[in-house]
Amino acid sequence: MKKSDNHHYLAKTLIFIACVFLAILSLFPFVVMLVNATRSTTQIQQHAVSLIPSSYLANNLKVLLGKSFKPSVGFMNSLIISVCTTLLATYFSTLTAYGLVVYDWKLKRAYFSFIMAIMMIPAQITMIGFYQMVYKIHMTNKLSMLILPAIASPSMVFFMRQYMIPALSLEIVQSARIDGAKEFLIFNKIALPIMKPAIATQAIFTFVSSWNNLFTPLILLTDQKKYTLPIMISLLRGDIYKTEYGAVYLGLSMTALPLIIVYLALSKYIIAGVALGSVKG
Amino acid sequence: MKKKSFSYAKYGYIFTLPFTIAYLIFSAYPTLYTAIIGFTDLKGIGKTDWHFLKEPFANFVTILTSPTFQNAFKNTVFLWVCNFIPQLLLALLLAAWFTDRRFKIPGEGAFKVMFYMPNIITAATIAILFNALFGYPMGPVNDLLTRFGFISQPYNFLVKKSVAKGVVIFIQTWMWYGYTMIILISGILGISPEIFEAAEVDGANGWQTFWHVTLPNIRTIMLFTLVTSLIGGLNMFDIPRLFLMGGPDNATLTTSVFIYNQAFSGSYMYNRAAAASMIMFIIISAVSGIMFYFLRDKDEAKLHKVMKQQIKAERRRQKELAKGGQA
Repeated sequence: MKKSDNHHYLAKTLIFIACVFLAILSLFPFVVMLVNATRSTTQIQQHAVSLIPSSYLANNLKVLLGKSFKPSVGFMNSLIISVCTTLLATYFSTLTAYGLVVYDWKLKRAYFSFIMAIMMIPAQITMIGFYQMVYKIHMTNKLSMLILPAIASPSMVFFMRQYMIPALSLEIVQSARIDGAKEFLIFNKIALPIMKPAIATQAIFTFVSSWNNLFTPLILLTDQKKYTLPIMISLLRGDIYKTEYGAVYLGLSMTALPLIIVYLALSKYIIAGVALGSVKG
Repeated sequence: MKKKSFSYAKYGYIFTLPFTIAYLIFSAYPTLYTAIIGFTDLKGIGKTDWHFLKEPFANFVTILTSPTFQNAFKNTVFLWVCNFIPQLLLALLLAAWFTDRRFKIPGEGAFKVMFYMPNIITAATIAILFNALFGYPMGPVNDLLTRFGFISQPYNFLVKKSVAKGVVIFIQTWMWYGYTMIILISGILGISPEIFEAAEVDGANGWQTFWHVTLPNIRTIMLFTLVTSLIGGLNMFDIPRLFLMGGPDNATLTTSVFIYNQAFSGSYMYNRAAAASMIMFIIISAVSGIMFYFLRDKDEAKLHKVMKQQIKAERRRQKELAKGGQA
């Protein structure tokens, strides 16, 4: 008995050490990034890894903002796109799912099969046709072209439908009808509140993936005033910041830090959301 | 009653109409248009007019025989396979540890939060951060290795093709194993506890339980992970594009970066980029078709089968009745 206890304790310790190692691996790049954002280029060139912050933050900021990197512009554009995308995608996906769950119509089954068939196809793969279409109607630098496609989000409709079937009882819908409520009112006043947990989960992930998206904005946006944050970040790799290490680390920190803070604040919900997303898979 | 449900049917169409319209404009039309451009001479910056080629498949032949595309395709598959295998093994190991009732790992929640964190950060930021980390001569990695005496001279990692590939594989694994782990944990937690209790009663050890109980029960979720990861992998863009611009010597060039370079740099070959896109489209459709086949609502499929058999039996009976009547 004693021997197996020891054995068990050893295994547990080894597992814990492995986890600590992986945790350090997860954090280390970000720690280096944040600390180096406060150090001068000379300090970084002497020793690129240090855990002690220095006092060159203001100086790095001056160098960073003196060139083409405009984080506030990128931040605002990304915010507009991500907020609108999230609102449209969650509202219309829930609406579509409602149409598929509550009503009996001839093409319902075929429609849902179609959604399942297209939900794995990434938008990136048909970007040449999308770019040509948008270019032809002179809309390349319009943020709306990055927002409106969110109305049709097949995988979110799939998720919402799976969630709605057990969550929404058709008797409630029926009794609201008897009380004289119109169909859209029933959706907005009864179905939407019931779907809140699913909407919250999907909203977080839509927001994050929209915020982090590089490919589509990179192709559509040529006007510097319309650049999103990921495009701004890509400027840090350009020649103009080649020797300004401190400024580059600061620029990267400015783009990562808000996400890290929001993530740590919402981590409980985000991790539960990742797990939920797989349940029906 | 029947009349009432019939009158509500139109709302089914109305509620799904915005999706239908947005899908037709922003997905169906661009897909069709991409396919058409693949057969045309559309190239050159700002061009929108095109003619069909005399040899319709010329662009496809050019792409399929292009050594750069072949190399990009090989890289894409290689980078995905080499990141998916360690990612899945690591995620399985961690998921097995975190769900094993005999170990209660202290700080389990905090570990999950940290392992998943790289996944949430903008890939563009991570690509450029790793470019800086592996900088030469005095990037952080070189600094650490020389300080601890692993190497005597700073090493220019990113001009070596194999190292560049290795770092991309590392970044992908590092970004995604936490996600895969959470998915697998939720899969394992979904297995009925009675099965585990039965295994315990039968005297199965940890490894036997994992191999004979846990693994077979999360097959579907593992398939889901495999297919979503494969489709994401076939579209890998941000990391290879911003980490080393596909270099050195095209060692980290993926098909997505290739398509982007064809269409939006050099001589703006929209037609060839479209042809390459359609080749990838077909591959991805095939992969997602396999997924669709395996993930069909199994109960629904069973129900269909039973109903079909009943209809067949009914017909047979009626035929026999008719025959009997004639005789």
